[in-house]
Amino acid sequence: MTSLPRHETPKKLGLVIDLDVCVGCHACVVACKEWNTGGYGATLSDQQPYGADVSGAWLNRVHGYEVMPDNSDGVVIGEAGEARVVHFPKSCLHCEDAPCVTVCPTGASYKREEDGIVLVDEDKCIGCGLCAWSCPYGAREMDLAAGVMKKCTLCIDRIYNETLEEVDRVPSCVRTCPTNARHFGDLADPTSEVSQMVAERGGFDLMPEQGTRPVNKYLPPRPRTPLSACAQPAVEDTADAAGFFGWVDRMLDRI
Amino acid sequence: MHPAFSIIIFTTLSGLGYGLAALLGLGLLDPAQMATKAAHVIALALIGGGLISSTLHLGNPQRAWRAFSQWRSSWLSREGVLAIFTFVPLTWSAWLAVFESRWEPVIGTAGTLLCAITVFSTSMIYASLKSIDSWHSPWTPASYLGFSAASGATATALFAALGGAESLWPFALGAAVLVAVAWAIKLGWREQTGRPPLSTPETATGLGHLGTVRELEPPHMTDNYLTREMGFRVGRKHARKLWLIASVVGCGVPVVLLIGLAVAAGAPGGAATLVSLAALASLMAGILVERWLFFAEARHAVMNYYRGQLS
Ligand code: SF4
Ligand code: SF4
Repeated sequence: MTSLPRHETPKKLGLVIDLDVCVGCHACVVACKEWNTGGYGATLSDQQPYGADVSGAWLNRVHGYEVMPDNSDGVVIGEAGEARVVHFPKSCLHCEDAPCVTVCPTGASYKREEDGIVLVDEDKCIGCGLCAWSCPYGAREMDLAAGVMKKCTLCIDRIYNETLEEVDRVPSCVRTCPTNARHFGDLADPTSEVSQMVAERGGFDLMPEQGTRPVNKYLPPRPRTPLSACAQPAVEDTADAAGFFGWVDRMLDRI
Repeated sequence: MHPAFSIIIFTTLSGLGYGLAALLGLGLLDPAQMATKAAHVIALALIGGGLISSTLHLGNPQRAWRAFSQWRSSWLSREGVLAIFTFVPLTWSAWLAVFESRWEPVIGTAGTLLCAITVFSTSMIYASLKSIDSWHSPWTPASYLGFSAASGATATALFAALGGAESLWPFALGAAVLVAVAWAIKLGWREQTGRPPLSTPETATGLGHLGTVRELEPPHMTDNYLTREMGFRVGRKHARKLWLIASVVGCGVPVVLLIGLAVAAGAPGGAATLVSLAALASLMAGILVERWLFFAEARHAVMNYYRGQLS
C-alpha cells in the first residue's frame, strides 16, 4: 500500500551524517555496494563494468563540495575567499512525507509503520521509474539488469539480524566508516545518541522546502581556526645557538 | 529530464485519441456517416496504441497490471484505472455508431467526461512532482487538456470534411479557436517556468549558511541512472529554436489552414479533407516538438547536487 503510515511511526530509524568529520574516502559507498549486492533483493548490477563507459546502481554516493564563505558574521567556517571543502555522503533519507511512496502505482514502494524505513518490494515493482523522479535527493537508482528500483534499505537485513554480533547490527556504511562520520539510531527518541547529537550540533534537513521531512540529519562542519592563526613554518634563526652548535653555526657563517 | 520516446508518443497520441473521442461523445458528427464510424475506431486505436507504448519503457512490463492497485495515492495508478473505465463508454459509443448508426447522449457525454478526467490524471502525474519546478504547476494540466481538445477538434474537423458535413465552417472555426487557446495556455505555462528555483545547491547541501556551494568532486566519473534520467537538458539556443518551430508548425500553420477552411466552407469535399488533414498533421508535429521540450527543458531538483547541470 503506497499510502504513508497514518500516524507518526513510533520509531524513526535513520542516519546522522557528520559533515565535519567525513574525509570523503568512499569506504561507506563500497561497503554499501558490497553488502547490498549480495543481500536484500536483486543484485546491484553494473553495466559494462570493465568497459569504458562503466555505470551501475549504487545506493550511497559521496559528493565533494567547495563552500566559498561570503559572510562575515565572526564565525570562521573558512575565511572569505578561502574555500572550505566538504565531503558529502548522500543516500535515502527515509522521509516522513516520502513522495516516492505515494507516487508508486503498484504498491511496491512503502514506508514501514513500525520504524519508518522506506523500502521497495521488488516482486511488485514494474520499474516505471516514477519514484526516482519524485525524489528530490536522487536517492533511488534503477537496477538496469533486473528492471526494478533500488534504494537504501537502512540495511534492514543487518539491523534486525540476530545471527550477527551486536556490533554488526548497524547499517554497513555506519559499521565501515573509518572516521565515525556516520551514526545510526532512532530519531524519534529524544534521548537517543543520534537525537542528542542533532540537538547539540544543530543537525539539519536537506532541502526542507521540498516538504519531504527527511528522517536523516546532517551535522554542519565546525568552525575552524583561521588559516592566518595557524602555526607558520619557523623562519631560520640561530641567534641563541650555544655550545657545540653555536660553534658549528659560527664556523659555517665564516666559510 | 530525459525525453523518453515512448512517453512522448503516448501522451501525444492518447491526447489526440481522447480529444477526438470526447468530441464524438458530444454527438457532433453524424453517426450514420462512414467517416464518423471510422473516427470512433481510430480514436480507440490511438488511445490503445498510446497506452501500449507507455508500457514500453517499464523495467518489468509483465507486472503492469499491478499499476491499477494504488489509485488512492498515485496519479499514475489513477490514470491507469481511469483509462480502463473510459474504454467502457467509448467502446459502447463506438459500437452504437459503427453497427447501429446512432448516438446515445448519456453514454456519449459520460465518455466525454471520462476522457477529460483521464487526460487530467495523465497531466497530474507530472504536475504532482514537486521535484521538478516547471511541471509543478496548475498550468501543466491546463496545457495537457488544451492540447488534447485542440488536436481532437482538428481531427473532428477532418472527419467532418471526410463525411461531407453540410456546414463545415463551425468545425473548422471551433478547431482554430481551440488550437489558438491551447497554445496561449502553453505560453502561460512557459512564462511560469521562469520562477526562481525552489531548491538550490545551497539548500540541497544545507551549507548555504556558510557560503556559496559548488561541486568540487562528483561522486562518479561516468554517467549514471540519475544523470541520464534527470540530467538531460537541451541547450538554451536549441530550446529557443525548437519552441519557435513548435509554435509555427503547431499553431500558426494549423490556425491559418483551419480559418481558410472555415472561410471557404463551400469548397469541394476533397480539398477540404486535404486542408484539414494538413492542419492536423502540422498541429501534431508541433505538439510532438512541444512535448519533447516539456521533458528536455525540465530541470530536476537532484541536479542541484551536480555541477554543470545547473543554470
Ligand atoms: S530520500 Fe528520496 S527515496 Fe528516500 S524517502 Fe526521501 S524521497 Fe523517498
Ligand atoms: S519504479 Fe517500482 S517502486 Fe518506483 S514507482 Fe515504479 S513501481 Fe513503484
